[in-house]
Amino acid sequence: MEWDWNFVWEIMPTLIEGVKITILATLLGSVLAAMVGLAIALARRSPNKGLSRSVGFLAEFIRGTPLLVQLYFIFYVLPDIGILLPPLVAGVIGLGLHYGTYTAEVYRAGIDNVPRGQWEAAKACNLNARQTWTHIIMPQAIPPMIPALANYFIAMFKETPLLSAITVLELMNQAKSVANTYYRYVEPMTLVGAFFLVISLFSVVLLRWLERRYGRIEK
Amino acid sequence: MLETLDFMTQWSGYFGLILQGALVTIELTLMGSVLALIMAFLAGLGRLSRFFAIRALATAYIEFFRGTSIFVQLFWAYFVLPFVGISLTPLQAGVLALGLNVGAYGAEVVRGAIQSIGREQYEACTALNLGRWQAMRHVILPQALLVMLPTFGNNAIELLKATAVVSLISLTDLTFQAQVVRSQTGNTLVPFTTILVIYFALALIISWGVRSLERRMARGLDGVRV
Repeated sequence: MEWDWNFVWEIMPTLIEGVKITILATLLGSVLAAMVGLAIALARRSPNKGLSRSVGFLAEFIRGTPLLVQLYFIFYVLPDIGILLPPLVAGVIGLGLHYGTYTAEVYRAGIDNVPRGQWEAAKACNLNARQTWTHIIMPQAIPPMIPALANYFIAMFKETPLLSAITVLELMNQAKSVANTYYRYVEPMTLVGAFFLVISLFSVVLLRWLERRYGRIEK
Repeated sequence: MLETLDFMTQWSGYFGLILQGALVTIELTLMGSVLALIMAFLAGLGRLSRFFAIRALATAYIEFFRGTSIFVQLFWAYFVLPFVGISLTPLQAGVLALGLNVGAYGAEVVRGAIQSIGREQYEACTALNLGRWQAMRHVILPQALLVMLPTFGNNAIELLKATAVVSLISLTDLTFQAQVVRSQTGNTLVPFTTILVIYFALALIISWGVRSLERRMARGLDGVRV
């Protein structure tokens, strides 16, 4: 079967619609993953053993099971207990929770990397727990984490095609519907691959820049 | 009473279905891991090659397979390759996509581990007049392997998780069977919870296996490695 450029231009607008949803899902998912990760990291540091253990186990469980199955779980099981979510929302929650367990490790490493002396100095200055976190620990812990977090957001971007399985009309789903309508798979599937490759290559450049900008801790 | 019995036999049948799916998932994970391991070493060593052409080829392979998602690669292998005359069964397409994708991630692990071995080891090889291949085979790789192992374990778990995607090209793995049970019984909670637990158990087995392998390989290296 020959590559047909006319067909490519014909389906391009539909695919661009899909790209928009893909990017939207990635952005929302990233924001959620950043928040969930922080919550998990803080809960695991909690002095309450019951809380830290159960959150720790739950995070391990989510990290050890496939995102696709989790998406099915959110999309098919939750409606049975009365929580009916639109596909995109279910998808973003799935992405956010799954990658939140990965970003939690980044936060943990970042927080552990803040020298003990900083904690002691904060105590010596009579700062309370909240002030210590917001003014001393976080400002030092977050910049070095940024490249690692961005790395996971790029990984998440590459997982968004899974959302097509729960009927989100993102890039992969648009390509599938185009392919099924015209029964031409070569162009749509190859274009999806090309879109992902181009966006990932750009994001690798962005990542290198972030690493240069934030990777080093100023002494 | 009869109803409960009926219910029980029904569920045991569905559970059998899910176990069959688990076997397919395990089979895919094993075959995918073997292919991934081969590709990881080929591409990882390729990136360190003396020849520009081999380095460029290895880099292109790694960037391509890490840059596009596994899902797209799988669909490409299953739907596009037939048009250029290569027809793959779902299992072949699955193993190919999983192996090539995870192999690309593994290649960076191989490269990183080999480069993490200290310069003095290479210098010692030169001093002992070992050839490049001999040095790699007898001195560098045995040490680098131990560095790679934990990350390979994580990659194997990623591969296990990625196998769920093959259900979308109609391969009857765990996820596919759970969907079958869902559509036949209308029950969603039981099948999906069951397979989540099975996936998690498989992941635990992998991480346990890698840890014990690591202990075995590290034996006799105490004091050598700091």
